This record gives sequence, C-alpha cells and structure tokens, in this order.
Amino acid sequence: MFKYLPHTEREIKEMLQVIGVDNIDDLFHDVPKTLKDLDLDVPKAHSELEIFERFNHLANKNIPLTPFVGAGAYDHYTPTVIRHLIERQEFLTAYTPYQPEISQGTLQYIFEYQSIVTELTQMDVANASMYDGATATAEAMMMACKTKRRNKIFMSETVHPATIKVVQTYAKYRNITVTLIPEQDGVTDIEIFKELNDKDHAGIIVQSPNYYGNIEQLDGYRTLLDETKGLFIVNSDLATLSTLKPAGYYKADIAVGEAQSLGIPLWFGGPYIGYMATTKKLMRKMPGRICGVTEDVDGKRAYVLTLQAREQHIRREKANSNICSNQSLLALFVTIYSAIMGKKGIKEAQQKSFNATHYLAEELTQLDGFDYAFNQPFFKDVCLETPHDPQVLQKACEDKGFFAPLVIGEHNGKHRLLLSATEKRTKHDIDTLVATLEVA
Amino acid sequence: MSKIKKGYYYTNTHEWVKVEDGFAYIGISDYAQENLGEIVFVELPDEEMVIEAGSELGAIESVKAASDILSPITGTIVMVNDELEDNPELLNEDPYENWIVKVDMEDNSELSELLSPDEYEDICDE
Repeated sequence: MFKYLPHTEREIKEMLQVIGVDNIDDLFHDVPKTLKDLDLDVPKAHSELEIFERFNHLANKNIPLTPFVGAGAYDHYTPTVIRHLIERQEFLTAYTPYQPEISQGTLQYIFEYQSIVTELTQMDVANASMYDGATATAEAMMMACKTKRRNKIFMSETVHPATIKVVQTYAKYRNITVTLIPEQDGVTDIEIFKELNDKDHAGIIVQSPNYYGNIEQLDGYRTLLDETKGLFIVNSDLATLSTLKPAGYYKADIAVGEAQSLGIPLWFGGPYIGYMATTKKLMRKMPGRICGVTEDVDGKRAYVLTLQAREQHIRREKANSNICSNQSLLALFVTIYSAIMGKKGIKEAQQKSFNATHYLAEELTQLDGFDYAFNQPFFKDVCLETPHDPQVLQKACEDKGFFAPLVIGEHNGKHRLLLSATEKRTKHDIDTLVATLEVA
Repeated sequence: MSKIKKGYYYTNTHEWVKVEDGFAYIGISDYAQENLGEIVFVELPDEEMVIEAGSELGAIESVKAASDILSPITGTIVMVNDELEDNPELLNEDPYENWIVKVDMEDNSELSELLSPDEYEDICDE
C-alpha cells in the first residue's frame, strides 16, 4: 500500500474540529505576522512538463567527463539492481523507523551493514550513523577526547585536507587543539609523533591509504600510544580494507572513514556515507545507535535497536554528539552492493582499481616531465610531480572528455598532481589519457 | 530503609569514602544504588588520572537513569575496580564492599568536609 496518503479536506476539517481550531493558519498564530507576510519572490507554479524542461536545460549545462581523479571520491561501478531495490517505497524515506514491530526489514539491513563494517575493519562494533568520512573523523576525535578527558589530539598532515578542515572546525567549538604531525616523503613522520607524543593528547588520527594514495606504515603507533594511554584512530576508505590490513589488525581503538567506494555513485559530490567502528571497551562512547539481533517471544529471529548512548536522550546536556539518526538509505546502498559483490567481488573491484592506477602511473612516468612525487606504495590514487603548466594539461584532458589531473599544490617548483583509475577505466581509456598528457 | 555504614565518609551526592592504609576508596551508597535500580553499566576512569573534589569521576547507567559519580576528594587514582566493567550489578549487590576507585589523597583534611554517617542519614531521610 502507498504509505504517504495525503489528508483530504474533510479529514483536515474533522481534525481541526476535534482540537477546536477554525483553520490551519490558526495553528501558526504564534509566528509573527511580519514573518508570515514576507515577500519571498518565489516564481509561479510550473507544470510537470515545464519543470522537466527547466531542469533538463540546467542539467545539459554539465559536461560529462570521464574521471581520472579520486582523492576521496571514486568512480566505482554501481550495479543496477541497487537503484531498483533502493527506490522501493519501504526503503525510500528520510526517516529511519526503529519500532521492531513494523521495521524488521530496516533493522535487518542496518544490522547487516554494521556487520559488513565490522568485518572489513575487524573491529568489535559499528554504528550506521555517520554522514560522511570527514564528520565521522570529527566524531572520532570528540569520542577520543571525551573518553580520555584530554582536549588535544594529534592528526597526520597526510589526512585528506577537507577532513582536516572539518575536524579543525569541530575542534574549534569544542576547545580541542589539533596538533598536526608533518609528513615525510608522503607519509606520516612517526619519528616526530614519537617526540611529541604525550599524555595531554587523546590520541592520533592517521589515514591510510592517505590523501596522496600512499599506504601508511601503521605498525608502531599502538606501542607508542600505550605508553601515553592515547587512542589510535585509523581513517580508511572502507572498500580498500578488503585488500589492505584493516584498523583492527593494528589494534586501533576507532576505525572511521568514507564508505562511498562500496556502491555509491559520485553524484556530483554527495550524499556519501561515513562509517565508524570501535572496540567493545569503547562502544558506549560511540555516537549513534547499534541494531542487534535477538529472539522474539516465539523464539524467532528478530532485529532490534540494541544500544544507543543513553545520554543523548536522558542527559542531553552531557551528550558528546548530536548524531541521533542514521545514514540509513546510504547504508542500504553499501549493504546491497556488498551482498551482490560478495567478499570476492569487493576485493576484485579494488584490486582492479589498484592495477589500473598503477598501470596509469607507470605509463605516465615514462613520459618526459612526469615523476613520482614519493617513493611509497600507493593504492588507487597516485601523486605525481611535473614542471608542465597544469592548466594546459587539464584543458587538453577536458577537450578529450577526461577529468584529470587534480592539482594539489607545488613542491620545489613543480606541480603536484593526483590521479586515480578505478575498475571502470579500460586500458584504452588509460592509453588515450596518457597520449593526451604526452602531447600537452 | 537503606543501609548507612559506620566508618565511612559520605557526600550529599551519595558517594562514600573509606580510608584504609592511607588510601581512599570511593563508592556509591546503598541509597544511591536503591534509587538507581538495576545497574547495567559503570563508566570507569583511567588509572593515574588526577581527580578533584566535586569533579566527574565516572558515570553509572541503570535501566532507568544515568548519573555521574562525583569525586568526594582530590587525589590521583591508583587503582580502578575493573570487575565492575563486566559485572556492574555488583554495585546493587553490595555497594559498600564494591568500591569503584582507589585514590592517593592529596589533602587528608578534605575528609573533614564530608558528611558523617549520622549527617548523611539526615539527608537520606529528607
């Protein structure tokens, strides 16, 4: 049955009669008249046809390009079936219904999503409540500072700059100081961290693969942090953990990051989904909610809302996070993608992206004026250096229908470029891009 | 009628302090556990943490409430009763035997500012 039946005039009248109000406007009599009479200059109503024409016209202004840029948002393939299932009206709602009596489907897929996150990160528990990788990282910072009762945190400079900015913004209004640990050859300089590490900081945030695509050496942090009782927070693109050793392997306390690579299209920049997983020890410090599986009175399997940090409701003024909802629809994307692809399929897509990026990097560094910026293992982003004018390169690529390269700054008079190729890029695509950059 | 043990110092926020071998043990009173009901989680601080009198030491969650544990005294935590992590119900079973933290007190004179069993009884009766 269609869930969203509008009220009829008669029903509205009946309801107004019951509560003793003449008309709907009377319900808003508290709103000052000056606010009600605002002249908002809203255009007149359009027909469906007119709306389609207007938006098609706007959409056609976009120039569709084939991306060879990742930097946190990856053009992986989204199997068609996801869209079909997602758009079922039982799922397509901004509201996440939690009542187990009517929401077994929703609770089950949230439970499965959490299970996928814990399996990939090898952590004990996960929620389904993070808006994106950047805010998830900020939540991890707040969780660490609250748990440790310390108001400083270390963060590697190789974390995605947008994530750094979001974390710094959250930190500012929490009176938390973020101490950045500089990089050395494109990875976190653990020696500097070793020197600075102290009991005033709640822990460290490291990203791997990092912003440059480099795979960080994550050994060693646990021991250093145990000395100061700090927390180890690892940020990773969730899909890459199908292939790389995950946060749990390095005995991290909190695993966070972006899960967009698991089936969510680029969509011009969003919405994406963040994930957060932690240890059993810290689960009550985790924002958001956890769905669990149990048995009903008849002994049948049933899904329920198992844990939510109670302070969000009971002690709101002490709550450490304002996250109370779920990134539910996006979690469903990830769940269906993971179910369809399976362990093997997720890994294959990531490995193919790894191979494509490495092939692209090898071919490009054969050209004059393209060198690796770092001598590090990398995953599906590669950072190159070139003396060429990056705007000329970008223009040449655009003319051929490619979006590349991303220019991320200068170093020793050379421009640093970020490039990435996913499993969707064919050898022909890559060869054409390389040829384009060679001519430019 | 909840139990109030002799030989303990009390606070009006229902914590107790017991001094043994120069160390202060901190817990919650019988009145506190009775009013909280079934305790399901105790949030414990870290060892070596410095706490101030009146500051938040941890928190207790029961099926019907969540409330802070305030430190009655100033000092450094030398030991935490880890057993409460897995068995929070111990605080319901025997709140006076199951202390929460053991503290190296900074200033013993702070004890004189705490409530005697008789004074605490008056507060519970109110």
